[in-house]
Amino acid sequence: MRIKTISRSVDEFTRERSQDLQRVFHNFDPSLRPMEKAVEYQRALTAAKLEKIFARPFVGAMDGHRDGISCMAKNPNYLKGIFSASMDGDIRLWDIATRRTVCQFPGHQGAVRGLTVSTDGNVLVSCGTDCNVRLWSVPRPSLEDSDLSSEKSTEVVHCLFFLITLYSLVLLFILITSFFLSQPSAVYTCKNALLAVDHQFEGDLFATAGAQLDIWNHNRSQPVQSFTSGSHSVISVRFNPGEPDILATSSGDNHISIYDIRMSSAARKILMRTKTNSIAWNPMEPMNFTAANEDGNCYSFDGRKNEEAKCVHKDHVSAVMDIDFSPTGREFVTGSYDRSVRIFPYNGGHSREIYHTKRMQRVFCVKYSSDATYVISGSDDTNLRLWKAKASEQLGVILPREQKKHEYNEAVKNRYKHLPEIKRIVRHRHLPKPIYKAKAESRAMNDAKRRKDERRKAHSAPGTVVTESHRTRRIIKEVE
Amino acid sequence: MEVALEDNNLMEKVLPPDEQEIDVELEAKEKKYLRGEGANLESLKDKKLKTQLASREKLYGKSAKAAAKIEKWLLPASAGYLETEGLEKTWRIKQTDIAKEVRETVRDVAFLHNDQFFAAAQKKYSYIYARDGTELHCLKERGPVARLRFLKNHFLLASINKIGQLHYQDVTYGDMVASIRTGKGRTDVMEVNPYNGVVALGHSGGTVTMWKPTSQAPLVQMQCHPGPVSAVAFHPNGHLMATSGKERKVKIWDLRKFEEVQTIHGFHAKTLSFSQKGLLAAGTGSFVQVLGDSSGGGGGYSRYMSHSMVKGYQVEKVMFRPYEDVLGIGHSMGWSSVLIPGSGEPNFDSWVANPFETSKQRREKEVHLLLDKLPPETIMLDPSKIGAMRPSRRKERPTRGEIEVEKEVAIEAAKSVEMKKKTKGRNKPSKRTKKKKELVENAKKTFPELEHSNIAGKKRRIGEDAAAELPASLKRFARKN
Repeated sequence: MRIKTISRSVDEFTRERSQDLQRVFHNFDPSLRPMEKAVEYQRALTAAKLEKIFARPFVGAMDGHRDGISCMAKNPNYLKGIFSASMDGDIRLWDIATRRTVCQFPGHQGAVRGLTVSTDGNVLVSCGTDCNVRLWSVPRPSLEDSDLSSEKSTEVVHCLFFLITLYSLVLLFILITSFFLSQPSAVYTCKNALLAVDHQFEGDLFATAGAQLDIWNHNRSQPVQSFTSGSHSVISVRFNPGEPDILATSSGDNHISIYDIRMSSAARKILMRTKTNSIAWNPMEPMNFTAANEDGNCYSFDGRKNEEAKCVHKDHVSAVMDIDFSPTGREFVTGSYDRSVRIFPYNGGHSREIYHTKRMQRVFCVKYSSDATYVISGSDDTNLRLWKAKASEQLGVILPREQKKHEYNEAVKNRYKHLPEIKRIVRHRHLPKPIYKAKAESRAMNDAKRRKDERRKAHSAPGTVVTESHRTRRIIKEVE
Repeated sequence: MEVALEDNNLMEKVLPPDEQEIDVELEAKEKKYLRGEGANLESLKDKKLKTQLASREKLYGKSAKAAAKIEKWLLPASAGYLETEGLEKTWRIKQTDIAKEVRETVRDVAFLHNDQFFAAAQKKYSYIYARDGTELHCLKERGPVARLRFLKNHFLLASINKIGQLHYQDVTYGDMVASIRTGKGRTDVMEVNPYNGVVALGHSGGTVTMWKPTSQAPLVQMQCHPGPVSAVAFHPNGHLMATSGKERKVKIWDLRKFEEVQTIHGFHAKTLSFSQKGLLAAGTGSFVQVLGDSSGGGGGYSRYMSHSMVKGYQVEKVMFRPYEDVLGIGHSMGWSSVLIPGSGEPNFDSWVANPFETSKQRREKEVHLLLDKLPPETIMLDPSKIGAMRPSRRKERPTRGEIEVEKEVAIEAAKSVEMKKKTKGRNKPSKRTKKKKELVENAKKTFPELEHSNIAGKKRRIGEDAAAELPASLKRFARKN
């Protein structure tokens, strides 16, 4: 007869010294955990509520410009800085951490319409309605960056005190905060106003859009190549991150064209019903691009196959002015004329987040920061606003246990987010009244239209009335 | 005159006899509070000091008197005593003689979420105590309670009382969540199914009913035994239930199909308990039998081990200890434990239940348990349904044939109705046939869809026929489908 019973000795199961960690034992048998689904549901509910409690996306505003902001540019080599240009020709380099201007680039006479930085981060290219293209050398950021600027500021303060003693404190403050005025390294003129500029990812070329599409070299004062297409101006231009010679443009006569620089004419052309304000290529899937359209939708296309859009992203109620992809390639941010900034998933039809403030007016440009944490929007009210990409994210250094808990909360919330109680909490966003009303109206209009179409179809001979899918509805045809 | 004065003096001094007694008593107690003799003030020369000390001594006297009075009248408890009458001797008095008069019956005890708190169902009310025995709460609303059980995930204390009322109380904030009148009378048998949090009651009619706090009617009613149910036990996986009845049978039920899986004959089990590994312990008289499942599903319970106690001991309750191979037996003489190898789960999970937890871990666990507290609405027979797909509830429209059959049946029923024979000249045949026709028409009216489709079908058929008959030149005017 052999007998064994459970016998546990205390030393095996408790720690030896008080400096040791407590011992943890696991048994994943589900019969030890009754009602685990209900407990998980409860945790998902708590996680959804906590997420809403901690959702504070607005980090800060950078003010300093004197007119509405027209465009922004990211420096691919330096995470902390962003360039912005306004409608009165003022170009500034901001330090995002302190939200202060580091450097100013005065010189443009009219509105600056396009800004871009070369891939090595040394040259800033700007173009504007004064028919000029200006190249600037970007001040190299050093470790004593912020200290340097404060040192310089104190020096100049002493000088100013000697010279001007009667001026008010306000003027002094303005003078103190903006320094480092640079001179352009090159100024090239053209015949017509320029509307957009973009730099090649690998190489020395940049493209400007205006009356025609021009390809420039840094050292030449005349464009190296020109593409003309019809009588309408080219509104925006964007180089492909994967293929250095391919770029996408949009023109005022509702076309989206894809050019290969090595060829003499457009490779592909799509005609849509309304004009596209901006295009962005997906950095992780460089054959796909998304176009921000005037009718409030964003259309994602596969660059190789243009008969239908891959996805239609609908949520804005007014024209979408700018679009930028996150470096992960999974999301993109859009800014629209309806005073809101939305973040969309790359393959989802509706936005996952909307940011708005009473003070933020028409949003003209948006950028997703290169570490995928922040979103920067530049708007008509002369402010650049810094938002968190994930509204309830905890910034700063997170301990590994905290990180695990955050991940667990995310996972358990995603598992149950379709159940009504949790869905209601997760989906809830406060919309400003004009947008809310506009959406309700458009919903009513779309419902009515859909109902009528369905009835028309039901009462006609089968096969005579064909419903167009949303992906092809706004595309008129593909040319070439 | 002198006599009267003397009389007066005498009157003042003579008090009623009981008051005299109280006075003597109080004086004796006062001495205790005075803490010894007063100070000798004669030897002091300083007059100021003398007067001060004299007034203080007076105060001492007053306070001692007040304390003695308080001790006599205000202190609630009195010391115990044991007095004998006549020929009785104190050393012959047994514990049982004392117990009947002083101690209170406790019918049931249940631990709350920790070992720090437990609830006891005493004679009149239930009380919640902390681990060291301090009384924390008196639960008066329930009245005298027969059984108490705690639902761990929901923090609900369930109880059943003598009139068959089921009470659920949330112990985190004290609200009575539900009080349900079972309507089946007094019962002593209450168990909680650990798998889904459902409370099962065994009644004297042989039915086992299952309850949840959000409904006034039972979830399930099962007729288990011909006579009263003596004990109910649940397997930890939630699929098996064991019940025992007075007809000396123990039945094992499958709770998914509500069918009997096995019957064990031979003894009347007063108490039943399942272990973590699925062993079933049954206690009858002074004999405890442990049955083990040879087949996986629950049908093959056979004798595994048995334990008989000393003849005089009556087994009241058996309970397996979780995570150990130990069976605890509560009997009329106290409590004992026996070893049953293979009954406990050898590997525990520290996050679920840690037998070696420190006080810090216990406190953290309490907080996490509270955060994960489930609302009482989540108690349902199948807890895995949360988050599952709902089966499509579209009512299928009955087919044409089915409708026609139903119509035929209705018409037949209308025709076969017995007409009442009227008297006094009202029984005319014409009236009778008219009445019958009306009934048949009414029966047909309840099937309107058929009528319309019939008409439409007729039209279509006519159209088709007509088109076939038309000359070739007029064919273009035929109705096209």
